[in-house]
Amino acid sequence: MMVPEFFQDHAPILVVILPLLGAFLTPLIGKASSRAPRYVAALFLLGSLAMVAVLADKVWSQSPIPVVYTLGAHSGSGINPVFRIQLVVDGLGVLMAIIMGIVSTAAVLYSWSFIDKYSGQDKYYTLLQLTAVGAYGMVLTGDIFNLFVFFEISSIALCGLVAFRTERGESFEAAFKYMLYSTISGVFLLFAIGIFYGEYGVLNMGVISEAMSSAGGASVLDKIALGLLVTVFSLKAGSVPMHMATPDAYSEAPGGISAIFVAASQTGLYALFRTSFTIYGHYNPNTGAFNLDTYTLGWIVVILGVLSMFIGVTMALVQKDIKRLMAYHAISQTGYMLLGVGVGIAVLSDPAKMTAFGVDAMRGGIFHIINHALYKGLLFLTAGAVFYRLQTRNLNEMHGLGHTMRFTTVFFMIGALAIAGMPPMNGFSSKLLIYESVYQFNPIIAVIAMLVSVLTLASFVKVFYSAFLGPKPENPPEDAPTSMLIGMTILVAVIIVFSLFPGLVVERLIDPAVRALLFPWLAGGV
Amino acid sequence: MMRPMSKIVRSMGGVLYPLIAVFGGYLILHGHLTPGGGFQGGAVAASAVALVVVAYGGTLYKKGVLSTVESFGLLLFLGAGLIGMSAAFFANTLANAGGLFGDAVSFGVTDAGLNTGGTVPLMNIAVGCEVIGGLGLIILALSKAAFTREVD
Repeated sequence: MMVPEFFQDHAPILVVILPLLGAFLTPLIGKASSRAPRYVAALFLLGSLAMVAVLADKVWSQSPIPVVYTLGAHSGSGINPVFRIQLVVDGLGVLMAIIMGIVSTAAVLYSWSFIDKYSGQDKYYTLLQLTAVGAYGMVLTGDIFNLFVFFEISSIALCGLVAFRTERGESFEAAFKYMLYSTISGVFLLFAIGIFYGEYGVLNMGVISEAMSSAGGASVLDKIALGLLVTVFSLKAGSVPMHMATPDAYSEAPGGISAIFVAASQTGLYALFRTSFTIYGHYNPNTGAFNLDTYTLGWIVVILGVLSMFIGVTMALVQKDIKRLMAYHAISQTGYMLLGVGVGIAVLSDPAKMTAFGVDAMRGGIFHIINHALYKGLLFLTAGAVFYRLQTRNLNEMHGLGHTMRFTTVFFMIGALAIAGMPPMNGFSSKLLIYESVYQFNPIIAVIAMLVSVLTLASFVKVFYSAFLGPKPENPPEDAPTSMLIGMTILVAVIIVFSLFPGLVVERLIDPAVRALLFPWLAGGV
Repeated sequence: MMRPMSKIVRSMGGVLYPLIAVFGGYLILHGHLTPGGGFQGGAVAASAVALVVVAYGGTLYKKGVLSTVESFGLLLFLGAGLIGMSAAFFANTLANAGGLFGDAVSFGVTDAGLNTGGTVPLMNIAVGCEVIGGLGLIILALSKAAFTREVD
């Protein structure tokens, strides 16, 4: 299919500005008709997804060299990364953009029915599109200050969305908690960026890493900045010691938003991996040295991952609230991604170990990011459908929903099997990659990871049994409305494709991302 | 909604309002030539809104008008970026091209011309609209909250 040259050239920026344009048009159009915002939001998010597809084609064809788009300059002349703002898109960035594109499209269609009875829909769709803008911007930018700006955009928009159901006091509490944590982490992030700017006078991540390299590696100040960055980004991702706001925020957000929330939180993982590999893991071919010996950093990320996995799943086992249970599972699954890529960070400077198991661990971790966004998004959508019909999230008050909510039940089952890592679902493929490679790194951690997976299955069997099985309720609820079913079907379709062709997905989607992180070090080894 | 204040305050508010608004507009329009710009000018102009809200009570301004101004500002800013899309997003293709804000600026110390700068003055106007609308809405919301009496 031929795509006009205009879209080919400007795809990186169009991904970001199409939902931004939609977000600004929505309140104006909402004055004319209260039903119009939903169509505007769907149109612009779909447009953005199309641009992501164009961009992905371009990035993969020239992988691992990133696609660079310079704002405000004619191409060719006047492009100086020290002064210009640049979008730098490589395999990992485009993978995260694909996640956000798919999940936001499903979430916006799902929201058509879900918030149909609420007032203030123009504000809802504006904030939804701004969340997408924040996530797209974070993963596409090459400028660390822009990363901060988009980080704040997505945090503030999500905070507004968590508080959307103003009839519930708990929503305000959750939104306030989330706002507190994200604002403090935003200040820390700004402080870390200030350290970089004070030391090197530049904000472009590629230029920072080269300046750090020519200064002889990471200084003490850079290590302080690294500590701040790891804290901030693992807080955004909802990893365990910093997870206090996430269960509340996930469970109080409206159904569609919880799904988009998962994808938006994962931009924190992206930023963590981006700074770890691109800035601190930068390899200088002339001196043969890395900016930082990443062994300790890798172990810190691995320990964060193990804590998240284990504490997340044990907290989930005792929950009675269906969405809160899923929120703790989201924390637990984040642990797998941190574990997989953390192993990659730890063995980065050892080519033998890297090729033996490090690359596979990173493949597993990054594959798990996209799998998790899909099946956890789906599970949150099914929980939202149950809440939409029953107006309760308490598992003790629901039973026998499978009799009438047939599609929702099937979708829940697919999501639950995928999250528990049952073959042949996509969750199995990524978890197997993680188990096998982590076992060679440290067998005990691999055993913990498998145990967590078993506990995950136990907890979802509990939900399935108590909510969907059992005698038919007296007033059996109808199945979810059509638009909600369409939203869920999109995610189910992608999950099934990923489950059937895991090898193809790893080769086409995941390998460019791993190659981008290891570029130019070990570029040929993947 | 709050009550109007005394006649003295209202009269002085009426005298000062146009002066403050014009000064705000001046700061916005001359943003590319003199100190100031969209944000500063918008904040000054929004303080005129605050003065009227305090003196006359919050009934003179409608929320809908201010939010339209805000949306218009945001769209104008994005539009100013999109004008440059023949080269790249935010490229200043209007500068030195004749037409709107397109007069060429000669090199060295010259008299300032208002019709220069390309997309920069457009962005100043956009930011000004956005700040007037946004701060105005915040002031209205705060005045409503501050003067609503709690019923025991």
